[in-house]
Formats: sequence, C-alpha cells, structure tokens
Amino acid sequence: MTACSSHRAPCIAVAVFGVLLLPPMRDWLETSMLLQMLVQIPLLIAVGWHLHGALPTRLTAALDAWNRQGIAGLILTTLAAAFWMLPRSLDAAVSDPAFEVAKFASGPLLIGLPFALSWPRMGFVVRGVFLSELIAMFFRIGWLYKASPVRLCSNYLLDDQQRSGQYMVMIGAGILLWVAIKLMWGHFGSPSGFTSSDPSR
Amino acid sequence: MAVSAFRTLLASLVLAVVGGAVLTAATDHFQAFTSEGARKVRIREHMPRVPHATLQTQYGRDIRLADLRGKWLLVDFIYTRCITYCTAQGSEFALLQRKLAAPLQSGKLELLSISFDPSRDEPHQLADYLQRSGGHGGGWLAARPVGLRQLDQLKRVFGIIVIPDGLGGYVHNTGFALVNPQGRLVAILDTGDPDQVVRDILGHLRS
Repeated sequence: MTACSSHRAPCIAVAVFGVLLLPPMRDWLETSMLLQMLVQIPLLIAVGWHLHGALPTRLTAALDAWNRQGIAGLILTTLAAAFWMLPRSLDAAVSDPAFEVAKFASGPLLIGLPFALSWPRMGFVVRGVFLSELIAMFFRIGWLYKASPVRLCSNYLLDDQQRSGQYMVMIGAGILLWVAIKLMWGHFGSPSGFTSSDPSR
Repeated sequence: MAVSAFRTLLASLVLAVVGGAVLTAATDHFQAFTSEGARKVRIREHMPRVPHATLQTQYGRDIRLADLRGKWLLVDFIYTRCITYCTAQGSEFALLQRKLAAPLQSGKLELLSISFDPSRDEPHQLADYLQRSGGHGGGWLAARPVGLRQLDQLKRVFGIIVIPDGLGGYVHNTGFALVNPQGRLVAILDTGDPDQVVRDILGHLRS
C-alpha cells in the first residue's frame, strides 16, 4: 500500500465510502431520517472533502483558474446540497435506486470535493456569507422539521422528523458557537499564505 | 487576474443555470418539495389508469375495479386494526357519505376503502370497520385486494407508502383519491376539510 502511505486521507476516505456502500450499512443508515440526513449524507460529503489530496497538482491548478475566490465551487456545492435538502429527494433515495446512485455519486463529487477545493480560496467575506447562510439554513430547516405537524417524507415517521429538526437546530447552534469562538480568539480569514485576494492572479 | 475573474464568472453562470434547471425539474417547477406533493402533481398531470385489480368486499363478494367503471370513485387506503388518528379518516369518510348522499344514491359516485393489510382484513373486519366509522350501508364499499401482487400494483399507481409505526401498526400517507368514470385517477383531495372535498367532487361531477 505505497500509494496509501503518501495519501492517507484519501485512502481512509475511500475505505469509509466502501463501508457506506455495504448493503447492511446502507439499510441501517436509511431506516431513519436522522441517520440518513445527519450521518450518511454528511459522511459522503466528508469522503469527497478528503479526496482532494489525491488530485494531481496539475488538475487542481487548472481548476483553480476557473475558481477565483472559490466562488464557482461554492455555487456547485450549494446547488447540489440544496437538491439533497428537498424532502422528496431523501424519500426518493430510499425508494428509487437511481436516486440512491445519484446520492452516493453527488455527495462526494459535487459537494465534498468542490468544497474542499474552494474553501481554502475563499476570503473573509465569502466565508462569512457562507457560514452565516449555513447556520441560518440549519435553524430554518431544523425549525420547520421540528414544528411541522405534517410528515415531509412518506418513508419516515413524524417523531423521527421532529428529532431530526431538533438536532439540526443544535448543529446550527454548535456552528454558531464555533464561529463566535474563532472570531474572538482565533484567526478567521484564510489560512496562512492566502489572503482575501486571489493567489492565482 | 482579469482572465481568472472572467473564467470564474463563466463557470459560475454555467453551474447556476444547470443547477437551477435541475432544481426546477426536481421540484416540478417549484410546485412539489415533498414526495406527497409530487404524487399530487403526477396524478393531476398524467391521470394514470387504475389497475385491473380484483377486490373482496365486506360482503365477501369479489368485484373487479373495472366493474366500477361508469361512476366516479372516491378511494382511500386503510387497515382496520388502526386505533390511532386514522380513525379520523374513517369518520371523515362517513361524514362524506352523508354529505354526498344524493350522487351516491343515484349511482354516480361510490366510496371505496381499500385495505393494504389484506392478510388480516377479512370481510367481517371490513364490515366492522364501516360500522365503527359510522357508515350506513349504501354507496360505501370496503374491500381487500385478493393478492399481494394486486396490492403492490394499487399502491404503486395510487402512490401509497406504508411504513411500520414501531408499535405493531402502520403509518401511511392519506388523502382521498378521485377516479373518473373512465377509470383514470384524476386528483388527490386533502383529508381534514370534508366541505372542500364535497365542493371538489361536486365540481368534477358537474364538469
């Protein structure tokens, strides 16, 4: 496993992806809305994020030329994530194999990976807009799922939906807290070497 | 810098247009965000033909759905063991039976409750269900599909998803399905507002 000694993160990501693909694992993570939405899909996104180290430098350089400040990648990530926020997409992933395939492909490749390629290139303002929108999204959707008396997914029970909503509100609060701590005690711009202006100019 | 800004703008525009188109298609032009909403849009737009299923009624008699052609059908899906909030669905059907007495008596309309739990819902359970719900005979059939394959076909066309509730019962999507005299499913009417259902049905009967 020489390839794996130099690329540990992508290797672990591929292994995690393989485990997620196993039918018993898939069935278990799709028995509840909470597990599908807040464990399975985030793990698929994380798999994509950790794949970026395996991309050849020439490819990332070429992509960077089309991704100033990470804007294009952020748009892709946001739209693909919006698709999986539709309750009917979660439902369809359970009952329609084509949607299941789409989920396993798009989670890593259209959400996680482009985000990993874009986040280091985002300046303070872009990051700020993204994070405040992310936090607001967790609160908005979490509240909707918590308060709705109607089942939003035909494949899941109402108490599961309400519990998922509660967890989303908690996750939103957690991210808010993390951002607040970073703002007060840490650096909250781009990592070293990056500034809010584009390095690829 | 100018080149990369221009390229990023171009890439962003392409991604936004493609992504927007996908989201538009995925929500039926922003009409349906849930699978229940999607079911209503699908039925309204495609008016699927109801399958040729054979059902056994509360009287123990077999009928074919095709035998009911020529009249409007209002269909709901039930399981008779339900003792929680789905009892409200039965009472609502009983209320509709009273409010729609005229078209029911003239044979223009028939109410039909189909069981999705046919192994347990024998004819006498179906008869009990009608009685418990406050039904009074005329114009309301309760029936179970004679085979599991027929049940699956009905569930698929009507878009019924049944899941265990974790307490030995089931949870399922509700709504009253309206079938026209040609045997096509034309609309899903919301439960909880019987007056609106009556208005919708009378509107369809007149048209």
